[in-house]
Amino acid sequence: MSAVLGKGLYLHLVTTGLGPLFDGIGHVLVTPEDLLPLIALALLAGLGGRAYARRVLFTLPAAWLVGGLVGLALGWSAPLAVTAVSFLLIGGLVALDRPMDERVGVALAIALGLMHGQMSGAEMGAAGLGTTGLLGSVACLFVLVSLIAGLVVSLERPWTRIAVRVAGSWIVAIGLLYFGWTFAT
Amino acid sequence: MRAAWATGVALAAVLVGPAPLFAHEGGAAAGFLSGLYHPISGLDHVLAMVAVGIWGAQLGSPAVWALPVTFPIVMALGGMLGLLGVPVPGVEVGIGLSALALGAMVALEKRPTLIVAGALVAFFAIFHGYAHGTELPEGQNGLAYSIGFVIATGTLHAVGIALGLVHKWERGRLALRGIGALIALAGAWFVWTAVAG
Repeated sequence: MSAVLGKGLYLHLVTTGLGPLFDGIGHVLVTPEDLLPLIALALLAGLGGRAYARRVLFTLPAAWLVGGLVGLALGWSAPLAVTAVSFLLIGGLVALDRPMDERVGVALAIALGLMHGQMSGAEMGAAGLGTTGLLGSVACLFVLVSLIAGLVVSLERPWTRIAVRVAGSWIVAIGLLYFGWTFAT
Repeated sequence: MRAAWATGVALAAVLVGPAPLFAHEGGAAAGFLSGLYHPISGLDHVLAMVAVGIWGAQLGSPAVWALPVTFPIVMALGGMLGLLGVPVPGVEVGIGLSALALGAMVALEKRPTLIVAGALVAFFAIFHGYAHGTELPEGQNGLAYSIGFVIATGTLHAVGIALGLVHKWERGRLALRGIGALIALAGAWFVWTAVAG
């Protein structure tokens, strides 16, 4: 267990050649540990309706930024296995598609933002991208969440909502395998 | 609705776009492709997963989406057991039996309750997942492998559901039952080879 928990930092940083801002944007796109829970939360926000999606759109990037600044300052990253919990929890909520208290949903967005932002910030710090890289990541996730949540909110046919739930179940399945892989290696 | 489709296409481009960038990580692209290929590398896996989709289509809503949701989740649980080294007996026989039983369900157009159908699919999904979990290639990126693996599995279910759309026509129903019979026969062969081998 201690060997697994010791694996905190996994670098997925890309060098775009365009500076830290774009490296930060690329970081979100090539880090499935961050990208998939992010997509799951955006799907959940879309399923929750316009009002909830709007709240998530602003609370998640804000929490990610705060978490990222903490990660930059501390230089310490949470254990790798923690991200599997995001897959299971948020993917599971998407698959279930049950009505959820908006405050709980927002708290979930804040928790996800703080946790993944902190890990992301620690990676940025280690790679020397600093606050600019972090801002790039936050801008990228803002755009992703707005696109995905906006798309889901606009879905009208019943089968499209089911397709979103299926996507959530896929994220849960990926999380389970990832969890097993994390503890097996 | 047109705007939604346009956003969807743009989004898909963004999300698919990073795949080539995986190459920068060293091994993640290989892990993804390996995971994508694994479920389609064995006919026993392919037939069972397609049968789940066809059976779901025959049963209609909510089974049409409940079964393909159940299978990947429970299969991943089986994969986790395989990765953790938890012993599960008779995996190859179980996989062969899954094609036999699910093919028979399609051939006979059986209509059990959703819980029974889900339990049957979940039971067999364990064996498929376990086999995949134990066969994770050494040195692969586990998360990229998992993503490819789940996408391939889900796509096979979608193929089954797409085939099952012909269920609304009389000849289509007959054709599906014929496909089910072929899958069941293949399953019997898989069980035979697993037991004899």
